[in-house]
Amino acid sequence: MSKKDHSQLHQHEHAPDIDKVSGVETTGHEWDGLKELNNPLPRWWLWVFLACCIWAAWFVFQRPMWPTHRGVENYTQFKELAESQAQIRARQNAYLERFSDASLDEIMADAELYNFALAGGNAVFKENCATCHGTGAEGNIGGYPNLNDDDWLWGGKVTDIYQTIHSGIRDTAHTMETRISAMPAFGVDNILPREDIQTLTDFVSKLHEGEDLTAHAGYKIFQENCATCHGADGKGGREVGAPNLADEIWLFGGSREQIFRSIYNPRMGMMPAWRYRLDENTLKQLAVYVHQLGGGEK
Amino acid sequence: MNKPSESPSFLSLFAKQERVYPKRVSGKFRNLKWIAMVVCLAIYYLAPFIRWDRGPYAPDQAILIDLPARRAYWFWIEIWPQEVYILTGLLILAAIVLFFVTSMFGRVWCGYFCFQTIWTDLFVWVERIVQGDRNKRKRLREGKWTFEKTWKVALTHTLWLIIAWWTAGSFVLYFNDAPTLVKSFFTGDVSTVVLGFIGGLTFMTYMMAGFAREQVCTFMCPYARFQSAMFDKDTLIIGYDETRGEPRGKHKKGESWDGLGDCVDCSLCVQVCPTGIDIRKGLQMECIACGLCADACDTTMEKVGLPLGLIKYDTERRIEERAAGKKESPIKLLRPRTILYTLVLSLVGGAMLYTLVMRPPFEMNVLHDRNPLFVKLSNGDIRNGYRIKVLNKTHQHQTFALSLRGLEGAAIRLNSPTQQDLKHLYVRAGHVGQFKVFVQAAAPAESPKEFSFTLTNEHGTEAEVTTVFVSQRPND
Repeated sequence: MSKKDHSQLHQHEHAPDIDKVSGVETTGHEWDGLKELNNPLPRWWLWVFLACCIWAAWFVFQRPMWPTHRGVENYTQFKELAESQAQIRARQNAYLERFSDASLDEIMADAELYNFALAGGNAVFKENCATCHGTGAEGNIGGYPNLNDDDWLWGGKVTDIYQTIHSGIRDTAHTMETRISAMPAFGVDNILPREDIQTLTDFVSKLHEGEDLTAHAGYKIFQENCATCHGADGKGGREVGAPNLADEIWLFGGSREQIFRSIYNPRMGMMPAWRYRLDENTLKQLAVYVHQLGGGEK
Repeated sequence: MNKPSESPSFLSLFAKQERVYPKRVSGKFRNLKWIAMVVCLAIYYLAPFIRWDRGPYAPDQAILIDLPARRAYWFWIEIWPQEVYILTGLLILAAIVLFFVTSMFGRVWCGYFCFQTIWTDLFVWVERIVQGDRNKRKRLREGKWTFEKTWKVALTHTLWLIIAWWTAGSFVLYFNDAPTLVKSFFTGDVSTVVLGFIGGLTFMTYMMAGFAREQVCTFMCPYARFQSAMFDKDTLIIGYDETRGEPRGKHKKGESWDGLGDCVDCSLCVQVCPTGIDIRKGLQMECIACGLCADACDTTMEKVGLPLGLIKYDTERRIEERAAGKKESPIKLLRPRTILYTLVLSLVGGAMLYTLVMRPPFEMNVLHDRNPLFVKLSNGDIRNGYRIKVLNKTHQHQTFALSLRGLEGAAIRLNSPTQQDLKHLYVRAGHVGQFKVFVQAAAPAESPKEFSFTLTNEHGTEAEVTTVFVSQRPND
């Protein structure tokens, strides 16, 4: 059918507006003097359109388009997830065997195993440890140590860290292998009079300044009551998890009020023994991860 | 056909494609078109096989887009994902070149260099060799299915499919090592992805050059439409000299030319047109400015002994001047518009060239740890962590030295149980090395305090990146 025939089709309905230059009927739409020609679409366009419709109909069946329909190949995103997880596990297994045979020192010496430990440890840390220690392991004043710094209560070697994670701290409900220590409540249990605790507070808060405090009134009280665990110089003792009182880092806060409270009625944190929740490889990954946060010791 | 009183059938609302059977023609524009076609096809089919030595740690294919490794190679130029802006520049450059060429010479891109034009031309050439010229092809198509028609059509389509397959295969070669892929294609060791691409592109080439042809230019191509926005009265177009040609009419040798224009209405210009239009109706949207009608007309003019150029590359201004009986002005290529395009073109081209020439052989990115922002250490010092990426863009393994400037009393240390010291950071050829470093210093008076890392390569070239040292929470 030619353009002219087409323009005659609607002739009996209303008088068509014919464009003078091309001789084609217009749609009657006009913008700023420009009129839209009513040229027919090419026929192949129709075939392409129909092909797309058929493809769309097929696509609805091929894919899981509504809840009860699983698609032709029984496709679901859950399945896709499971498949890609299986692939990842297969890739991990290539390392895992070597990893589980290796000691912590061997892992630290092998760049490949080390990086594998970091990748795993990073993910596991955020799932299990971040709740208390923070996503960046920055800790929290009030009993949750910052794991980035160089101050360690129970030791900063990778084996020490592993032991802490493995058996926990004061997790006596699960295991007696756990790290245990307790500080006496000097005030609440009437071990020291209030004035002595105040003197002691003043003494402890000055320890980190590094000056000679032997003349201080608190010196004698400290040596009699605290030095057993915290050491004569107040630098702590890792065998019993006694914090270093001569540095800049305070587990429960370094203001006088906070120090007074820690002596008067101390609080002691608890960390679960993770070996009851995580497997051996994961524990090793975590130990390596925490060790490399910045404070790890050799 | 429907009578006006009947309602139209649904299909009649859609126009059937009018088959174009371009006739063979020879002449200077046809020769130019052959040359353009051969050169373009040769480049396209052969370029992947050109070798370019980059040493043992980089591919030796001159033109290669290595998608898995995220690298693009073009002879001595190499583009990393970090440098996609070069691709942006390239696209801008291509756009400006198109504007520039269009405003000067009209749609020569369409007529000579566009892949749709080139492959259509190639397919028509095959069709002509197998089935004969215009009239034979038309008769064969409209005729009954005979043995002759069957084998001729079958042969045409087989040849088309072979060309299409070769075209698709060549495309894939730009993304893989060409000789290896060709070899593995014949041993049957090709991935389904590669086969999928070859299949899809074979089908598209076959459809576009075998069937869609001028429909692509008329209905699909956006360039064809927006090129008209770059036209002005001095742009080269294919023009029919109406004042000289009209009134057209048949003319027998020896008869008088009285009352007749120069056009003898031989309709050769219509027969050779690859888009099937009549150029004598004036400039049309479908015209791809290939000049084949000019060649055809010149052939006829030579035969009847009249001056050539009844149809020729012309400008709208000249056509108007002739129609008004004025003296025609010469073709003006230097115009404010083309001068402006030249300026923009050299500006962008110069910027691109500068970027490529000044491309540093290595680069450093510094990422300050955000969590934790800083760490207080037992002696009261502050420690910040940084992730440092070193991009070794050379094709040799290299070692770099890292140091810092502008932070008093700062100590810098690499966080790795095994790795080398800061003076020998080892990065493999064409790779990105990642290093975690800690910077420790007494808390500076201000926070954040600006300082910079300096990376030095073996030849003493430095790269400096400014970053910050944080020692207080921002809201403290």
